[in-house]
Amino acid sequence: MKTVIVIGNGMVGYKFCEKFVAKQESKNYQILVFGEEPRPAYDRVHLSEYFENQDAKALEMASASWYTENGIQLVIGERVSDIHREDKKIITAKNREFYYDYLVLATGSSAFVPPIKGVEKDGVFVYRTIEDLEGMLAYAATLKAKNPNAKAAVLGGGLLGLEAGKAVMDMGLEPHIVEFAPKLMPRQLDSRSSQVLQLKLESIGLHIHLSKATNQILGDKSITGLEFGEDDVLDVEMLIISAGIRPRDELGKASGLTMGVRGGIVVDNKMLTSDPSIYAIGEIALYNQMIYGLVAPGYEMASVAVDQILGKTESLMAEEIDMSTKLKLIGVDVASFGEPFMPATKGHSVIFENKTQYLYKRINVSLDGKKLLGGILVGDATDYNMLHQIYLNGMAIPSDPSKLILPASEGGASFGSAMDLPDSAVICSCEAVTKGQVCCSVKDDGNETVKDVAKATKATTGCGGCKPMVTDLVNETLKSLGKVVKERICEHFDYSRQELYDIVKMKDIHDYDELLDTHGKGNGCEICKPVAASIFASIYNETANKQDTIQDSNDRFLANIQRNGTYSVVPRVAGGEITPNQMIAMGRIAQKYDLYTKITGGQRIDMFGAKLHELPLIWEELIAEGFETGQAYGKSLRTVKSCVGSTWCRYGMDESVSFAIEIENRYKGIRSPHKFKGGVSGCIRECAEARGKDFGFIAVEGGWNIYICGNGGATPKHAVLLAEKVDKATAIKYVDRFLMYYIRTAQPLMRTATWLDKLEGGIDYVKDVVINDCLGIVDQLDNEMQYMVDTYKCEWKEAVENPEIRAKYTHFINSEETDENIEFVSLREQKMPAPWA
Amino acid sequence: MIHTILKEYTTTSLETVSVWFKAAETSKFPKNGGACVKYKNKQIAVFNFTREGKWYACQNLCPHKMEMVLSRGMIGEDMGTPKVACPLHKNTFSLETGENLNGSLDAIATYPVKIENGFVYIGFSE
Ligand code: SRM
Ligand SMILES: Cc1cc2nc3c(=O)[nH]c(=O)nc-3n(C[C@H](O)[C@H](O)[C@H](O)COP(=O)(O)OP(=O)(O)OC[C@H]3O[C@@H](n4cnc5c(N)ncnc54)[C@H](O)[C@@H]3O)c2cc1C
Ligand code: SF4
Ligand code: FES
Repeated sequence: MKTVIVIGNGMVGYKFCEKFVAKQESKNYQILVFGEEPRPAYDRVHLSEYFENQDAKALEMASASWYTENGIQLVIGERVSDIHREDKKIITAKNREFYYDYLVLATGSSAFVPPIKGVEKDGVFVYRTIEDLEGMLAYAATLKAKNPNAKAAVLGGGLLGLEAGKAVMDMGLEPHIVEFAPKLMPRQLDSRSSQVLQLKLESIGLHIHLSKATNQILGDKSITGLEFGEDDVLDVEMLIISAGIRPRDELGKASGLTMGVRGGIVVDNKMLTSDPSIYAIGEIALYNQMIYGLVAPGYEMASVAVDQILGKTESLMAEEIDMSTKLKLIGVDVASFGEPFMPATKGHSVIFENKTQYLYKRINVSLDGKKLLGGILVGDATDYNMLHQIYLNGMAIPSDPSKLILPASEGGASFGSAMDLPDSAVICSCEAVTKGQVCCSVKDDGNETVKDVAKATKATTGCGGCKPMVTDLVNETLKSLGKVVKERICEHFDYSRQELYDIVKMKDIHDYDELLDTHGKGNGCEICKPVAASIFASIYNETANKQDTIQDSNDRFLANIQRNGTYSVVPRVAGGEITPNQMIAMGRIAQKYDLYTKITGGQRIDMFGAKLHELPLIWEELIAEGFETGQAYGKSLRTVKSCVGSTWCRYGMDESVSFAIEIENRYKGIRSPHKFKGGVSGCIRECAEARGKDFGFIAVEGGWNIYICGNGGATPKHAVLLAEKVDKATAIKYVDRFLMYYIRTAQPLMRTATWLDKLEGGIDYVKDVVINDCLGIVDQLDNEMQYMVDTYKCEWKEAVENPEIRAKYTHFINSEETDENIEFVSLREQKMPAPWA
Repeated sequence: MIHTILKEYTTTSLETVSVWFKAAETSKFPKNGGACVKYKNKQIAVFNFTREGKWYACQNLCPHKMEMVLSRGMIGEDMGTPKVACPLHKNTFSLETGENLNGSLDAIATYPVKIENGFVYIGFSE
């Protein structure tokens, strides 16, 4: 048994472990990992997501139990302080000693803090770890409590700096970016594209200061500003330094490994350092005289080190490392690949620029016009994956290369299909997965969804940038196998719900039998009938009374059937607000009909144990007291939960109860593919659990944040941000559109979270549809929703007033008697159904 | 006790019918839906399968949890077999043979139905 010690449990250190244990030969080794941070490795690339949900677990690369299950001993919260190379031993900060046969250094980098006077002041942060983010959040909160208009700056206008700028914005501070160079992202962008990006960022509220050298940080104990020149000062109360990275090479230095002039531990193409038992990988390794600050090369290094240790010595690091990147910065696409800046002597550039739309595209083509050498995309990077592949694989390009970047409407054509790529083309560079592997996973291993392929090959699980291409490959391969799996409701309809919805709408069909006769076959069933009922309701807003025998059992009788065949009654209590008189009325009615009562999980009152014939009697009385149906039985709006909000609460930023009532009354009665629920919280303490709902509003400084597609239940999901700080009218408008779009397109019994999960393009696409109107349908969606709101009727009122509908509420059709088999037993001064035998 | 209720219901074929019980006017039954008929101490679910122009009858008792609910279930068809889905947990039963189509519950009892002069009659052997 040999021992491998890994120092550093970051992204690359983790990847080393993952790749190591996946190999058969690793059985004869034991792995010991030391990480200085207080938690197992997490996804630093997506660190900014922590601002959204503060959920460190969601960022984990693997849980602590994963290490145990794979026989890896993980020690976290313990720094390695020394290496004794001659004894092959390490010593930790807790003075413990361990011996190794092989040592792998994966200590990564730390943020580079330039030696500016005053960097030690309170309010100065770097952006690297979860603890850094926690510190910023806490600091920003206290700042804002004192001064709601507080400003914060980011030092550095590179890739990370801009991401930090977004974080500042999200924390509700006025964001400033300070860059030393005369342009943003100097490493990736040329001046013109950098200007386009700058315009765009300024348009969304970022203040950008270029060519600024910071002389000192002002303030006594805490930062109050930055001083550039004598009379050039920027007042800010917080600073995030993002001025580059420095390898954590102190262990290498102290133990005498060969180092780079400007830091980093020198490695060869086997990832070996100057000591034949010590490897270095990731952001600590200086390869080709470079530190590669990206995960993809780090993962590649991990792979090489694993092979080398296990004796596969022909596995070597590639000579040239692709530094192409595609990012979404503050919602702006930015990508560069190959040689982004190219001297005119080497080739020609084709440039497309449209500042009015903040668009810039540049490709560099060889002098003979045959090869793509590199390029830059700002504002729209949809072409990136294909261009990058054409570049990587040296594929032929059209004789007029502008076709590669011009919008289709202007003579461009979407060029090439992912299927044209050679099998060896690396599609997912983070995980080094080739096109061949993706296609085989579909063809030979029978994986039929992107999710399954991702699980099997790990493609898309890194930065996720290759997802569109992997999706294409999976779909195209399935097609080539003649395997287009069609969503089909049941044996009676050869259509998906969305197709059926369109048919009903376009052909103006109002009746289930007509629909079945014209577009289905056979006599229908308990699957397609409720689907059709829901579609009729969503398009014509008809109540469940109209075609009652195609309704699900609860809808047919407008009540929830209980386990003994009795029903429950749930009147609407919009927003959870209820008057004493209403409670007295409900209590009186419950007493009269001997109903069991309980406060539900949805902030209202449920009355259980009503017999079928009692339902209209009970509702008649409830309606007389001003209640209406709560649709607890329908696939429709249930409740909009609220917290008490600014009307009473000392922290409330706005009136959450009023808003909840307004919105519950707006959406009540609307039928949808599954039930949906809302929540409104008066501040970010979130007492209404709005982020656990299909839609939620949270009052923040300056407006309402909208969240969509959350739920509790069996697979809880937090709702995600749709828009920030919008006024009430805008919030309602966006949610109207989102709901109608969901109602139109979801499969039966698919809640919003699953729908979003399956929706190609995810939340960004929803934003595009409901905010940017990329499908040109928002007017339709608005009208459809308004129609629903305008034509709402309480279906219980309709039922009790109509003798024909009322007639169905008898247990026997030929007798006034009631069901004698229903038995109750007593329970805490109320009653319950006798237990099932 | 449940045992005894279940015993009340046995499938009756046309040949063994000795009583035709006059249940109610056809117009009282919902189209493509069901209602419950009381006969002595029995509860019978009767379905008006309008699409096929046929009528079916079976016990109202669902053998899954012994609840009197099948008449409130939705009807439909499974590869040509007419069926009812229990409103409680959607177990489905053939309206022709009573067989449980999506599980292994006991079959339910079915009864013949005839329509005369606008009335629904159910056939029993006792
Ligand atoms: C009555 C109530 C329990 C209670 O006593 O508190 C309840 C009762 C039922 N829930 Fe619920 N749920 C109730 C609140 C909730 C909540 C809490 C909430 O709304 O904040 C949740 C989690 C939140 C959520 O939905 O995201 C909840 C998640 C579910 C789920 C899981 C949904 C999911 O997407 O995973 C089901 C199953 C389903 O719908 O398929 C379900 C299904 C049911 C059914 C319909 C089960 C059934 O088929 O009979 C129950 C109906 C009983 C009845 O006759 O009313 N119930 N259920 C609550 C009624 C609230 C109301 O005022 O309308
Ligand atoms: C906000 C942010 C966004 C980023 N976005 C991208 C992106 O979009 N695309 C991309 O490719 N890259 C991105 N990166 C860079 C990427 O995160 C790094 O390239 C990657 O994390 C490097 O992995 P690593 O394992 O080498 O180093 P790290 O992840 O830094 O891990 C090193 C670990 O070793 C620990 N350690 C150090 N010394 C010791 C010691 N003596 N004893 C014990 N433990 C020690 C450290 O505490 C750390 O946990 C981003 C980075 C940040 C901060
Ligand atoms: S949690 Fe289960 S048992 Fe409880 S009400 Fe919901 S569905 Fe019924
Ligand atoms: S009681 Fe009928 S299916 Fe459960």
